[in-house]
Amino acid sequence: MAKELLSGNEAIARGAWEAGITFASAYPGTPSTEILENVARYKEDIYSQWGANEKTALEEALGASFTGARALVAMKHVGLNVAADPLFSASYIGATGALVIVSADDPGMHSSQNEQDNRHYAVAAKMPVLEPSDSQEAKDMVVQAVQISETYDTPVMIRMTTRTSHSRSSVELGERQVPPEPEYKSDFAKRNLLPGNARRRHAAVEERLKKLAAFSDGFAGNVIIKGRERVGVLASGVSYQYGREVFPDAWFLKLAMPYPFPAKLFQRFASMVDKIYVLEENDPIIENFARLLAPQKEIVGKDVFPLLGEMSQDAVGAALGLKDLAAFAGNGVPARPPSLCAGCPHTAFFFNLGVLKVQSRGDIGCYTLGALRPLSAMDTCVDMGASITVQLGIEKALEKAGKSVPQVAVIGDSTFFHSGITGLVDVIYNHGKSTVVILDNSITAMTGHQENPGSGRTLMGQEARRIDIATLVRDGLGITHTYAVDGYDVKAIRDLLKREMARPEPSVIVVRRPCVLLYRKAKWSPMRVDKETCTSCKVCLRLGCPAIQSDADGKALINESLCTGCGVCAQVCAFKAISFVDEQGLHIHSITLDSFAKGGGK
Amino acid sequence: MKSKSILICGVGGQGILTASDLLSDVLLQAGFQVKKSEVHGMSQRGGDVVSTVRYGDEVFSPLPALGETDTILAFEKLEALRHVHYLSAKGIALVNDFAWPPLPVAAGLEKYPADVVERLRKKAHELVLIPATRLAADLGNEKASNVVLIGLLASRMEIDKALWLEVIGKKVPPRFIDLNMKAFESGYRFAS
Repeated sequence: MAKELLSGNEAIARGAWEAGITFASAYPGTPSTEILENVARYKEDIYSQWGANEKTALEEALGASFTGARALVAMKHVGLNVAADPLFSASYIGATGALVIVSADDPGMHSSQNEQDNRHYAVAAKMPVLEPSDSQEAKDMVVQAVQISETYDTPVMIRMTTRTSHSRSSVELGERQVPPEPEYKSDFAKRNLLPGNARRRHAAVEERLKKLAAFSDGFAGNVIIKGRERVGVLASGVSYQYGREVFPDAWFLKLAMPYPFPAKLFQRFASMVDKIYVLEENDPIIENFARLLAPQKEIVGKDVFPLLGEMSQDAVGAALGLKDLAAFAGNGVPARPPSLCAGCPHTAFFFNLGVLKVQSRGDIGCYTLGALRPLSAMDTCVDMGASITVQLGIEKALEKAGKSVPQVAVIGDSTFFHSGITGLVDVIYNHGKSTVVILDNSITAMTGHQENPGSGRTLMGQEARRIDIATLVRDGLGITHTYAVDGYDVKAIRDLLKREMARPEPSVIVVRRPCVLLYRKAKWSPMRVDKETCTSCKVCLRLGCPAIQSDADGKALINESLCTGCGVCAQVCAFKAISFVDEQGLHIHSITLDSFAKGGGK
Repeated sequence: MKSKSILICGVGGQGILTASDLLSDVLLQAGFQVKKSEVHGMSQRGGDVVSTVRYGDEVFSPLPALGETDTILAFEKLEALRHVHYLSAKGIALVNDFAWPPLPVAAGLEKYPADVVERLRKKAHELVLIPATRLAADLGNEKASNVVLIGLLASRMEIDKALWLEVIGKKVPPRFIDLNMKAFESGYRFAS
């Protein structure tokens, strides 16, 4: 069979295809996003879709499983918090067709607000979890997860981490299994979790766990690897690979299934070695099982290895005193923080907040970068959808004390569909007065341009009805003061902000303009600075646009190869020193929002 | 053979992941076991981007160890300096002679160090500076600078040149093949 270099996420998608999965759903989130993007490449065989959020995605996969179809759902670690409600119910219900839940955790928080370990969820929801250490295992484990799920009538979690999701290694490709024929048969006793049914299901879950524990002891993925010294390493996930680098002579117990923990296998392993190092990313989960089972054994775990950040052979080596990381630190190089792109349709809005000296309650997406210098206009970012709700809480607490502060909540289109709508319902219902700004760039941009209900297209490339946010808010929720404005129109945005923040009623400003990366193909005329007219006032630098810098004389200088000609800098220049290089050329403004939307947002 | 490590670094948008994909494919076809790591998500928005490639008979970790990396291929000078401590005592730094000021520098809040090249020279066993961005611009598109740099890297590795050209031919869209072949050649010939 052919070998290919696949990322862990691509391997999961390939595994879904080989395992005969016919339904897949997800909400995008780093480091999980590419799983569904790659599943969508098998659209002849697998129906795939973006859910509005992780909860809807998991429930839809569960529904598919009810018919006997094999289903997979993927999300980032914090996404499983959103989907936790159906996760626990799914465990009681079990799986008719296989139900595989892929959680991609992000130790080190490369692109997340925390570094939670979702194996805790598998333990709490009493379902098995598999943990691959490279792409081959990621692919194979989807096939194994499907088998386990259908044999033991349980959802199965696959826990990826950033490094397994985003590393490439070679994978041997296999054939596709013939998927079972779906058919919906009612099963009231299992699937209607009224307390009477649920009590019986809980008993079944406890029985299932015992059987799974026995299975884990004999599972081929839980394997002892011979060493030369009486030192043992207990490892799961990518940490196993780091262990092999640092402990070339040790015995290994490599766990593909950390939970249920293979107690008998571990005790056999423990009897072979004098000392056990435990390597795992994030929390001491297999370590705690090991300590319970072998209290007399010398075990080295998170008391020595880092709880914070990613594991690596350097982290392991440093913890053991084999490597002095301080010797490698400190090149004293200025940081290169991420920033909004040149031509980003969010820039003008954040610049205006700065001018008005207003901080926003923020949310999760590219626009969270509005918190960074020089825009510095967002003082909270909590979780998906929390901009609107946190803002309402602040407003009500101040109101009770007879105080008010002009306040703005800011949220992106995809995040609004994900979990902003319910927050806005709270605002209306509870007489909130906040101004909610929805930055609508027609796409889920931060994770790499996934379609969403406002894009006009589905994951599988079908045209879809585009949900217009302003219409939804004005006609659906009844917020009369709903206004749409072009993201590149600096003055219109500022005037609206001033007026709506002063209004003692709830209002919504939809700042519209597709993500600039979506229409980069054309050769837009860039901007330029007239050096004679430029007074070095540096206002344009406060946009934080990567295409603008200050030259040796302190005058503005525009990098024409980065500049998209959005013209926002020309609008903020009081001295009219900035103009198009080619006044008659192609200008990005000439793309109207409606013509763009007709193209499906892509 | 003992496994080897290459670290590719630069600024989001410079084609770093394309370059490391290309390198990985060449190594896989040359018969090595290959593991590659990369960064996605927030840091791609104009932040620094790193991709690492390890290859050999048997490779475990996809990440290279500090102080044990054989080659750094840097698309931007400051990024070379940011990662130079990954190099081994015999390590080589292949660096695009190109400065892209980070936003805080562009905004005048911080300074781009004036002595980047001197510091690189002190820390790397060997330093090769190549004007890859200019060479690519001369060929008509500075976006091909990543393939110029891959050409330079290829000239330092013992892998048949024909294999590199074959992989580039397969990876690159047809309308860019000519540009990329030329870009590869200009990098490949640069050292000699």
